[in-house]
Amino acid sequence: MSQTAASQTAASQTAAFEPGPALRLTLAAFVALLRDKGFRIGPSEAADAGRLVTGAAGQRAATLRPALKALFCGRRSDWVAFDALFDAHFLRKGMKNAVTLAGSAGESGGARTLKQMQDDQAARRSSPALDVSREAEAPEAGEEDPAGTREGASRAENLAETDFRKIRDPELEAEAHRLAERLALVMRRRLTRRDRILSAGPRLDLRRTLRKSVARGGLPLDLVRKGPKLRQLRLVVLLDASGSMNNYTGVFVRFVHGLLDAFRQADAFLVHTRLVHVSSALKERDAARALDRLGLMAQGVGGGTRIGAALADFNRWHAARLLTSRSCVIILSDGYDTGPAEEIGAEMARLARRCRRIVWLNPLIGSDGYAPVAAGMAAALPHVDLFAPAHNLKSLAALEPYLAKV
Amino acid sequence: MTRTKDSIAKAFASAGYIADEGLLTAVLLMEVLARPLLLEGEAGVGKTEVAKALAASEGTDLIRLQCFEGLDRSDALYEWNYQRQLLAIKAHEGQGDPDALESAIFSERYLLQRPLLAAIRSPRPVVLLIDEVDRADEEFEAFLLEVLSDYQVSIPELGTIPATSIPRVVLTSNGTRELSDALRRRCLYHYVDYPDVGREAEILRARVPGIDTAFALQIAELMSRLRKEDLAKVPGVAETIDWAAALTGLGGTHLARDRELVFDTLACVLKTREDRSRITREVTDRLIGKVA
Repeated sequence: MSQTAASQTAASQTAAFEPGPALRLTLAAFVALLRDKGFRIGPSEAADAGRLVTGAAGQRAATLRPALKALFCGRRSDWVAFDALFDAHFLRKGMKNAVTLAGSAGESGGARTLKQMQDDQAARRSSPALDVSREAEAPEAGEEDPAGTREGASRAENLAETDFRKIRDPELEAEAHRLAERLALVMRRRLTRRDRILSAGPRLDLRRTLRKSVARGGLPLDLVRKGPKLRQLRLVVLLDASGSMNNYTGVFVRFVHGLLDAFRQADAFLVHTRLVHVSSALKERDAARALDRLGLMAQGVGGGTRIGAALADFNRWHAARLLTSRSCVIILSDGYDTGPAEEIGAEMARLARRCRRIVWLNPLIGSDGYAPVAAGMAAALPHVDLFAPAHNLKSLAALEPYLAKV
Repeated sequence: MTRTKDSIAKAFASAGYIADEGLLTAVLLMEVLARPLLLEGEAGVGKTEVAKALAASEGTDLIRLQCFEGLDRSDALYEWNYQRQLLAIKAHEGQGDPDALESAIFSERYLLQRPLLAAIRSPRPVVLLIDEVDRADEEFEAFLLEVLSDYQVSIPELGTIPATSIPRVVLTSNGTRELSDALRRRCLYHYVDYPDVGREAEILRARVPGIDTAFALQIAELMSRLRKEDLAKVPGVAETIDWAAALTGLGGTHLARDRELVFDTLACVLKTREDRSRITREVTDRLIGKVA
């Protein structure tokens, strides 16, 4: 906790840059603080740091900072956060701010900016005590209830065909969520399997061919060929979280969480008035925790959608990094949009050029008499490879064979 | 500690690389702690250049392992020269001692060294650059971790080969895939950002012969503004150097006075049609106006 770190700093403040046991204590407290903030620091790094501070480099903050920074940071987010933490700990600058930020994360109400949400999220990650209280409040936390897992097969089947809109019973809803997640897990497992060694292929694998020839007295009769590894499917999911999608978002989020959890090459975005990258939240192992984090990122969900603008954002900032020729973009949306339809058309065209397939899942297709007449939907349609219903679990399951072919 | 940051800075500068404080510390620590250095950053900020400068500043060789999807041990470590082995077997068929033949064909003569093996068997320490490690598969990353922690390699037919010298290892990543925490933890880390205006001007002076100091500063300033524009492909340092060389080579000396030339040579820094059409004559003029 940052508070304890602060008090430790205060205690050892006077001795901060004199080599010796006091400095080593300060360093240990610093390592604890960084670990708290999500830095991955192993014992060997800590030991190396100890060697550094007792050596010549430990004398001045100016030399110590870049050295510890290089040693303790592992990724860009660490890199960005490090200086402030170092100052707070060793030079006692800005510590007050850090503490109040962590303390204020509990109250979140009203409209918030994305920046605020990210700040809150960062602060929350650093305060486990807060997490516990939040998870206890969250309704999803009750789902681990063992009684809930004993569902009958027929009931599950029925549930699979029920329109998400018609699920009113919270218990049934929880069950639908679980099924969606399990379905996603099964799909993920099948989709990530890959083959490497081929019986016929372009390049001879001499190493394996010779290995096999041992049984034939050294004559290379069985030829083994090496093909390019089948590259994994990359998934990008854009989930519409506007007001009109309210009835579906819950179950879709669980479905997407199931897909993303441990799926290496998948990313998810929430689309409402703007685009929010939610992969990190959804890659959280624990579903309840993921939803909790997602909730923080998605404040302001339920308003109008501007799909066109969100797609433009995606094309501009994320497409180059996330899309390859093996990418499949899944858009989960009813296509009701408050922006100009031409924008959707143009952005969909750009998107279509960059990825293998675009799947648009529309929960409205399930209802009788639906036609994609909404201007936005009509403009997007020419660029969509698969336009499919997604109003119940069965329709989600039907997606798998299609994805497997990408 | 045999070297100081100042001496490293000087050696880097004479190799044409202007390093900032953080990087110098990281390079120094590589030596002190014997850890690899992981460099992350956008494409074009000069990550690979760091390894080149390091090799040049130490007067050693640079061995480069370019990672790609599907890279495996035999591409990175060693491979037997199967063709020559087969020929040798054919040539000695029916004569001599089969055991002797076997030990002969699994010997140095038939071993093809790949970058990793070459690096640890070099008589004097080399700089080993593992470029774009994020392109390699996760399995390969795990294997790399093993080699980098023990610096020894086992080849079933020859036994364990310990390192003759421990290479200085530089890894680069563009962030196309998330690297494992295990790898990150083993390495020192440095995030390479676009240089600030002063440093980029210095880089230009080091790399573009005969460039005027004020002109270099102008170009660096313009680049920093250009990078803030809405571009599909943000130009890197290499582009700046190309552009500065083009401008000086065509007789440019002052951005505002050579507007035409500036606009005509923008192709050096803008590499997509979209960007080219976005930075119009008016935008160029606006940018130059801010610089001058």
